[in-house]
Amino acid sequence: MTLASIVFAVLFYAATAILLIGVGLRIARYARAPAPLKIPTTPAPTTRTGVVGRMLSEVVFFYSLFKSNKWIWILAWVFHLALLLVLLRHLRYFIEPVWGWVVLVQPFGVYAGFALLAGLVALWIRRLFVERIRYISAPSDHLMLGLLVAITASGLAMKFLWHTDVTAVKVFFLGLLRFEVHPLPTDPLLLLHLLLVVALMVVFPFSKLLHAPGIFFSPTRNQADNPRERRHTSWVARVEPTGAAASSEAAGAAPNARSED
Amino acid sequence: MADFETPEVKEYLDMPGLKPDAMSHSQPFVSRDEFQEPLGFPGELVDDWQNVAIAKLGELLDKNRGLQVFMDACVKCGACTDKCHYFHGTSDPRNMPVARQDLLRSVYRRYFTWPGRLFPKLVGAQDLTEEVLDQWYSYFHQCSECRRCSVYCPYGIDTAEVTMATREIMNAVGKGQKYSNEIIGKVFKIGNNLGLPQPALQDTLEGLEEEVKEDTGVDVRYPLDEKGAEVLLVTPSADFFAEPHVDGLIGYGKVFHQAGISWTLSSHASEAANFGLFIGSPENMRKIALRVREAAEELGVKRIVFGECGHAWRVAYSFLNTLAGPFDFLDPRYPVPQHICEVTHDLIQRGALTLDKSANDHRRVTFHDSCNVARASRMGDTPGGQFTIPREILRAVCNHYYDMPPDTIGEATFCCGGGGGLLTDDLMELRVKGALPRMQALRQVADEEGVTHLAAICAICKSQFAKVLPYYGFEMDQIVSVHQLVSDAIVLDPAR
Ligand code: SF4
Ligand code: SF4
Repeated sequence: MTLASIVFAVLFYAATAILLIGVGLRIARYARAPAPLKIPTTPAPTTRTGVVGRMLSEVVFFYSLFKSNKWIWILAWVFHLALLLVLLRHLRYFIEPVWGWVVLVQPFGVYAGFALLAGLVALWIRRLFVERIRYISAPSDHLMLGLLVAITASGLAMKFLWHTDVTAVKVFFLGLLRFEVHPLPTDPLLLLHLLLVVALMVVFPFSKLLHAPGIFFSPTRNQADNPRERRHTSWVARVEPTGAAASSEAAGAAPNARSED
Repeated sequence: MADFETPEVKEYLDMPGLKPDAMSHSQPFVSRDEFQEPLGFPGELVDDWQNVAIAKLGELLDKNRGLQVFMDACVKCGACTDKCHYFHGTSDPRNMPVARQDLLRSVYRRYFTWPGRLFPKLVGAQDLTEEVLDQWYSYFHQCSECRRCSVYCPYGIDTAEVTMATREIMNAVGKGQKYSNEIIGKVFKIGNNLGLPQPALQDTLEGLEEEVKEDTGVDVRYPLDEKGAEVLLVTPSADFFAEPHVDGLIGYGKVFHQAGISWTLSSHASEAANFGLFIGSPENMRKIALRVREAAEELGVKRIVFGECGHAWRVAYSFLNTLAGPFDFLDPRYPVPQHICEVTHDLIQRGALTLDKSANDHRRVTFHDSCNVARASRMGDTPGGQFTIPREILRAVCNHYYDMPPDTIGEATFCCGGGGGLLTDDLMELRVKGALPRMQALRQVADEEGVTHLAAICAICKSQFAKVLPYYGFEMDQIVSVHQLVSDAIVLDPAR
């Protein structure tokens, strides 16, 4: 057991805890906060099923972004799809035996690595050279792209230029899952790659990466357009007088049906 | 006409080059204590306003999931940057929706997030200083809460919600906007935005009855406070006298007359508009909305119908059930509330109205989708009914109807430039400049199709266009009410 393996074991446990607890608390906060009024951006689906469809079109195809700007859309979509494939490819470091479909994903994951890098660089160029986007960018927006570029580039470099002992890496991570610390190879590139990933996990709950859980809670997208059919209630709502009026609640399900989505 | 230049209408909407601070001088008159107090706000800037503002922001984040998500989720992708009519008209980068949001988000980050507390510069966080408050006052009064940006944001971030929240915070520290707050006070005191008391309304409506009688020879009624009527009509008070609004009101009366539906206006709820929405104040919005319920109960009506008004329809359609419901004392066969266009459309469908389209042959018409109808509400049973129903009415009452380019109508519609509590003379420069995208689209159909009239279903749009059309080389009377065209085409049957 080396110093590196101990340090990185601690870092990964800490980063995972921060990521899970941080995002969990954030999600809890979103879920607990009330939606005072019905504010779907219309035209909107009128049913819950329709809302699921709308949400899928946003999460899978980035439909609103597609309507907005084809350039940002294609870059963002390629970037996210590539990221997904790369993450799936990395699953093999955490499971043994490796599931069949994860094996199938491997070659695509490699191409995706390049697409990921290309997408990120293109997005960064846009951020640097389109006047409007540069204006709205804070240093952290550039830093986030830099972080992702560095993670991707170091990963690709390990695949194609300076190989590391991936079997040992896998033993290390499988060990972490069982709360055992196995030796981690100490190639500088690997340690850099892993350190940057730790950084990404730590900033996740405190940064714009919260867009990932956030979209599911966005009332303009996740509410059904049915305010006349179902009375939406919240702290804004008129309080019905108790007594006589209370019995009407039992009577008419439709007008009084509660909906707090 | 004024000390600013009307933007040039070109063939296409150019992407403006950024002119920082081009509009930082644009601010509406600040409210005074006499207008603040009836709404429950401090009369002037309170001493420890920073603390009050931060506390208020914290409260809103707790009470409004949307605001909390919108503050966190923006990735600065820039998709919204070219979607705002005020950005197109002014070139001021702070009128890019995300930059407008950032005026609040930077403060949110500073006081409510760890990176903002620890590394403010890095994440674009800033202290709430007097200068920031001043920028809030400028730029959150350069947003008409039109929601166009929210259509295009991948997370549905709605700048209108951010604007409302910030205006609520500004009111909480005593820096309210005179125009909106004075008007809300009038509704509380008298019942409508214009401050028309019951006798004045009565007079006006009697005048209308005489006018219609003179024009058509038919006794069409414009009743006020009539108990037992079937329909309570709630309409923006502009409909009571100003052109072209009043021609719309005449039209509603003719529709009810022909359909044989008994109806009444109410002096208690003589206003459809609800400026509580604009200032982001749910309490004030509820107070205004409750007047509609009270009037409906008092008059014993069976249905509630709203006249032509955009934000009023949003509050009515989307919020009324929450704010003042449930409406289980009304006729369950009709949605509560209904839009006058839904009523008219339904009657046309059933063949209950005789229409002479040729009465509008001297007009070539296009339709302006009002933001709040287009992106914050619906008509009819299916999504998008808010686009098809008014158009089907127009096609049924006139022979020459043409749409403006598709990227300027429907859900992509451009604001008239005067919505969201900005319809005041102290913001004339902003209103003229913000109208640019709409004026450009109108110019295009005017040139290509010979369109002569712009029909709308919103009191604010109508007032705004009447004022800004001349700046762009049109005539002020080119803006018409949809029900004005209905009114001209409807063949009245004296027997009713
Ligand atoms: S809501 Fe409308 S006016 Fe406000 S920022 Fe968005 S596009 Fe501009
Ligand atoms: S489109 Fe949405 S996420 Fe993108 S910059 Fe605008 S507000 Fe932020």
